[in-house]
Amino acid sequence: MNLLNHIGRYFILLTRVFSKPEKLKIYYKETIKEIDKLGINSIWIVVIISVFMGAVITIQTAYNTENPIYPKYLIGLTARDTLLLEFSSTIVALILAGKIGSNIASEIGTMRVTEQIDALEIMGVNSASYLILPKIIATVFFSPFLCILSMFIGIFGGWIAGVATGVMTSQDYIYGIQYAFIPYYIVYALIKSAVFSFLITSISAYHGYNSYGGSLEVGQSSTKAVVHSSISILLFNLVLTQLLLS
Amino acid sequence: MIEVKNISKQFDNKQVLNNISILFEKGKTNLIIGQSGSGKTVLLKSIVGLHEIDSGKIFYDDIVFNELNFKDKKDMRKQIGMLFQGGALFDSSTVEENVMFPLDMFTEMSFEEKRERANECLKRVNIINANQLYPAEISGGMKKRVAIARAIALNPKYLFCDEPNSGLDPKTALVIDSLIKEITIEYNMTTIVNTHDMNSVMEIGDKVIFIADGTIWWEGTKDDIFDSDNSELNNFIFASKLSQKIKDLKNHH
Repeated sequence: MNLLNHIGRYFILLTRVFSKPEKLKIYYKETIKEIDKLGINSIWIVVIISVFMGAVITIQTAYNTENPIYPKYLIGLTARDTLLLEFSSTIVALILAGKIGSNIASEIGTMRVTEQIDALEIMGVNSASYLILPKIIATVFFSPFLCILSMFIGIFGGWIAGVATGVMTSQDYIYGIQYAFIPYYIVYALIKSAVFSFLITSISAYHGYNSYGGSLEVGQSSTKAVVHSSISILLFNLVLTQLLLS
Repeated sequence: MIEVKNISKQFDNKQVLNNISILFEKGKTNLIIGQSGSGKTVLLKSIVGLHEIDSGKIFYDDIVFNELNFKDKKDMRKQIGMLFQGGALFDSSTVEENVMFPLDMFTEMSFEEKRERANECLKRVNIINANQLYPAEISGGMKKRVAIARAIALNPKYLFCDEPNSGLDPKTALVIDSLIKEITIEYNMTTIVNTHDMNSVMEIGDKVIFIADGTIWWEGTKDDIFDSDNSELNNFIFASKLSQKIKDLKNHH
């Protein structure tokens, strides 16, 4: 019953979020700010995660395909497909759920407990829309860029690790990442990435918006935001995979 | 003028407001006093619509505020200014941006016009050379004054203040009280102030309403307080030895 209650309240909040904005110019400005805060500021963490993900996938694949019947280019192919299909969208989203999710929940939660949201409401501003819509637009718009960046950096990380450890040659890896390439995998990853961003932002905003009490409750909301966003990502990963790849 | 008629509100089966009726007059500072937990903040938040009331009516002049739909309520709120206990300034905006916010949102003024109006309001509350500071960089008293400046930016008809003096030293509290009083007269607003600061009552209480356990126990002016025989009110107002002494002195004269 509690879960149904939360889902109901989440959708009620979304109807307020997607109602007509008071002033488009202000929302546009806020969206640009959020792109900087939530998107641009996440580039470094995505780069670091991706380079190591690519490196680890390459080395693990190399040690699991030591049998001479497996061609060496298989390492590059595996690294590419693993990154495209799963890591650059899902794993990056899970990491961003921690970074962006906690940021959004604590920011909105603090605004709630310090009565800043009440102040917006008193002025006649639709606080849900003003605070949440720019964040949703910013992350849904920017996450595909982060996903593509992660793909490139991950594949590059795999190449560096593979060549540096001597598990394969540069030519094998480059041949592997070009071999049997299916462009639709990129579309699939970008769709997932946009959906996951929507989930992270809206769920975290919901928890922040419904924080009551003090700093302890804001902390709890932040934790709930990360946990619930991560679970939703995993659930929707399964659903989207079935819908888009079957 | 704001009038509440027979309003009641309960949370989780606990009756917080019980059939309250009050008339708040225009151009006067109307004070709601009472102990912590007496229902003052719930009453104030119910009047501005942050809490839905269970029964009764809230009139803003001739308009029944609590029966308005979401959109009309939103429009109505443009005529309301509110000063919150902690100021509720937007942390990520400067002092000037905070005051300009309602103008950005609801007017078609140019940037220069908005800036001029914001500076006018800031000057009115005696804030100078702090436009580019963030709320975290200014004192509690300044925060309250900036919040007043933001509240009056759109020339509201109604002003609500929730514990405007909490956390302030007596001298700064006096400054805030005087500002509220002056602005009320200057803009001919209906002002409602929630407080348990007795200095405020004596300074600006044109009309004083004493609430206990969600019901009205007494109402009158600040001058009527000394002559009241309401024991609950006397226990609350003259709780300290100092205030008891003042009352005795006044009675002797």
